[in-house]
Amino acid sequence: MRRALWILAVLLSHWRRHPMQFATLLIGLIAATALWSGVQALNQQARTSYDRAAAAFGGTRTPMLVATNGGAFSQQLFVDLRRAGWPVSPVVEGRISIGGRSVRLLGIEPVTMPVEASAATEIGRTGAQAFLTPPGQALIAPETLASLGLTEGATPALNDGALLPPLKLQPQLAPGVLVVDIGIAQKLLKMPDQISRLLIGSTKGPRASLGSVVGDRLRLVKPDAETDLERLTDSFHLNLTAFGLLSFFVGLFIVNSAIGLGFEQRLPMLRTLRACGVSARQLNSVLVLELVSIALIAGVIGLVCGYFIAASLLPDVAASLRGLYGAQIPGQLTLKPEWWFAGLAISVTGALLAATSSLLKAVRLPLLATAQPYAWQQAQHRWLRLQGAGALLVFIAAGLALWLGDSLIAGFFVLAALLLGAALALPVILGIVLAGGERSARRPLVTWFWADSRLQLSGLSLALMALLLALAVNVGVGTMVESFSRTFTGWLDGRLASEIYLNAASEKQVIEIKTWLKTRPDVQAVLPGSRADLQFNGAPIELLGFADHATYRDQWPLLESTSDAWDRVRSGNAALISEQLSLRMKLKLGDRLDVPTPTGNWSLDVVAIYADYGNPQGQIGANVDALVKHFPEISQTRMGLRVASADVPALITAIRARFGLDGRNLADQTTVKTESLAIFNRTFAVTAALNAFTLGVAGVALLTSLLTLSNSRLPQLAPLWAIGITRRRLAGIELLKTLSVALITSLLALPLGLLVAWCLIAIVNVKAFGWRLPFHVFPLQLVQLLGVAMLASLLAALLPILKLLRMQPATLVKVFANER
Amino acid sequence: MLTVRHLTKSYRSAQEQVAVLRGVDLSVAAGESVALTGESGSGKSTLLHLIAGLDEADGGEITLGDIVVTGLHDSARAALRRDRLGLVFQQFNLIPSLSVADNLAFQARISGKHDAAWQRELTERLGLGALLKRYPEQLSGGQQQRVAIGRALASKPLLLLADEPTGNLDENTADEVLGLARDLVARTGCGFLMVTHSERLAATLDRRIHLHAGLIA
Repeated sequence: MRRALWILAVLLSHWRRHPMQFATLLIGLIAATALWSGVQALNQQARTSYDRAAAAFGGTRTPMLVATNGGAFSQQLFVDLRRAGWPVSPVVEGRISIGGRSVRLLGIEPVTMPVEASAATEIGRTGAQAFLTPPGQALIAPETLASLGLTEGATPALNDGALLPPLKLQPQLAPGVLVVDIGIAQKLLKMPDQISRLLIGSTKGPRASLGSVVGDRLRLVKPDAETDLERLTDSFHLNLTAFGLLSFFVGLFIVNSAIGLGFEQRLPMLRTLRACGVSARQLNSVLVLELVSIALIAGVIGLVCGYFIAASLLPDVAASLRGLYGAQIPGQLTLKPEWWFAGLAISVTGALLAATSSLLKAVRLPLLATAQPYAWQQAQHRWLRLQGAGALLVFIAAGLALWLGDSLIAGFFVLAALLLGAALALPVILGIVLAGGERSARRPLVTWFWADSRLQLSGLSLALMALLLALAVNVGVGTMVESFSRTFTGWLDGRLASEIYLNAASEKQVIEIKTWLKTRPDVQAVLPGSRADLQFNGAPIELLGFADHATYRDQWPLLESTSDAWDRVRSGNAALISEQLSLRMKLKLGDRLDVPTPTGNWSLDVVAIYADYGNPQGQIGANVDALVKHFPEISQTRMGLRVASADVPALITAIRARFGLDGRNLADQTTVKTESLAIFNRTFAVTAALNAFTLGVAGVALLTSLLTLSNSRLPQLAPLWAIGITRRRLAGIELLKTLSVALITSLLALPLGLLVAWCLIAIVNVKAFGWRLPFHVFPLQLVQLLGVAMLASLLAALLPILKLLRMQPATLVKVFANER
Repeated sequence: MLTVRHLTKSYRSAQEQVAVLRGVDLSVAAGESVALTGESGSGKSTLLHLIAGLDEADGGEITLGDIVVTGLHDSARAALRRDRLGLVFQQFNLIPSLSVADNLAFQARISGKHDAAWQRELTERLGLGALLKRYPEQLSGGQQQRVAIGRALASKPLLLLADEPTGNLDENTADEVLGLARDLVARTGCGFLMVTHSERLAATLDRRIHLHAGLIA
């Protein structure tokens, strides 16, 4: 043990003498661990929230019975089933509005609630009596309480004037949900004697068959290992994970470069250690011990950085998940111990992965070979051919996946293979370009310029690969976001055609407002709208009702339609469907939908498919009068007003003064569009941040590679200095060389990035979100990114160049003294 | 103390098998200093490397004290170098990231034979007292070789093996360094086997063995 410690001390002494190299190693490991762990923290936080939502009073974690037609059903069925021996517990569910904010209301019956529906036991402990006896309690998560601006114990009024029981905090409850006794919920939701679903407990016992008790009115829904939300958000988390993984590997490029160079510089030391009697096994064990120790230290620092990255990105991620999928994520980061252990494990694994080639070399270290500090650079050339062949194989695999695959995973595989293949091919392509330059050169210094650039390539190739990947991903994601942004803006113009949007506080107020609007000559049209939420083919969808009006006929963003689509929609037996519903359920024009409604099935022919960007749920658009006929209980408080633009402010002021509607219930088109665009921009803020991080790490990779190489460059530069080329000129040539290879890499990254964008738009988006986007190229954005890449390369090259410029002649002379 | 019998070693070159040692016999007694001379390619360094356990012989036997070196596995050969041998090379082979003091003590420490008083005496005799905090790159060739000799003798080995230890030094420095090595070998009583091209330096040792075409001449 003591011997091992001495050997460890000797190995570590190398880093003490080469602090910059050690810093490089640490920076690489810290960056890799921080970005990976940060992303994992975000994913973990979101998944914990989904679990909370799913576990709350019988989400999809508990088996349940629901109405065959998807609507509510009679409470009598609950009584019948209990009598028949079924351990069922009733739940009623709906949405209520508190201060203009929509909240999900769950009514439960704690006495019969299955113990598996976790929070029930909590109620039992804290007092089911207080929950059940008047005035009862409304359980609420801390995040919901804060977002509503209320305090515990408050009894807020709903929009229709009804009062909620006193609010009671329950931390394990999902955000955005209120839980009350079922009797209270039935009153508040105006669903007397109605139930939304029956949860089934795990108690075993004799029970009659389901069909003999309820006929075909109810159907069994088995518990799901994965919630709807998890399924929906999988692609988003996969996206984040892909970014984390990319940053992780870019970080490992730095580590690999630092360890590789450190190992080569320590070769003579390793041979001396062996000559002094250290066995190969002991030396290799201590090398691994050294690496693991460094990885653990870097891992701890990386985890702390990862925590801060996750904490700073969490609000944007929460906004993205809310905007894209309607998922509620708390804004405060809480992490499980597993996250810390996993972070340390990934740091150690990453370090060992990055050091594999060096460790293998150590194992095979020939004891008597003469020290060859730069042999690794030459060895890299042998890999070029293998790398080229590998790149070709990976491209073929990408092509096969593109041709044969038809899933999100296949889409991501194509992306990953494209990036990996391009990274492997880069040194080969650069080698060919530089060799071409060398062949075409006439003057000796120019020939040397190209030849030396090729020599330098092996040491820089990993950093250049990192730059290529970071830039390509930036171009790809930037193009996708910009294409989306442009399409989204045009789409908003079509969807938000009314100048004013209004949501009345009650049905009574709707009648008053409509009557008053008739007296206003500035109102050109009142367009009533309504919405019903239902389950269709096992997935939640929205049924949107709109009036038959030229506004929709002229501006609705239809992607394809039959010639008589709008006339058939007016008749009430045809519908428009959103693109994502069409893709998800493989529906096309002419297909028929049988929509379950409280009044029976509603048959609708699909007559048009429209774009519905940013909506996690599928949507069906139908005539509003027909919708109200099939869903008599739905609220009809929403309407759009067509008004001349100049009359909008006056009309809003008048409505506000007369009916007391505030900003949450009354908004003009410009405000709604601005808010929608703000949500859109926030949705992609996290992508932009991760993009910037990745590019930053690639810049650091380039800087560290140049710094670690700068010392080994002396034998190449000193002879030129000796024959009369000044240090200033040498520094200029070195700078030009770095910028040349960076420029070639950046130029290669642009088409690769556009290919990445095409994959994201044509494959990943369609599979993940269910919408297609037109593909645009934004030349200005490409030029800007090229500029950023060159600036990053310039900054990375500057420090080693300054070092060379200030180098003392004595240092250069040492090259010839054979004492280095 | 060191006995070599019928030692053979050959290497495979691109075209043919080259026999470097073709049945070498030699011995070195405790306290004896022996010079191993011969032209380039005669097998001097190969013989030294085989004795040091840095390479494996094809045939024959090497015995150091009561240990048969030939046939030992890698870890046992490493232990032999660590505990019973001292090695000095032409290229000094110091550890560049360790100070002179740490380089001197290194082998003695890993063999568990570190003796502070002996280390002080070595430092003094080798004239390294003022250089202890320096790093190898800050020393001249002669100074570096003195550190290498100190490191090799710090663990009080049975045998000191030196491969062209003065090859990189000028004549005066070479005489000075070799003189120090001889004194210290005499002080410790260990055997000393030195590969050299220099007839002049070989003549300063107790005995001289000449190797020619893989055989003792």
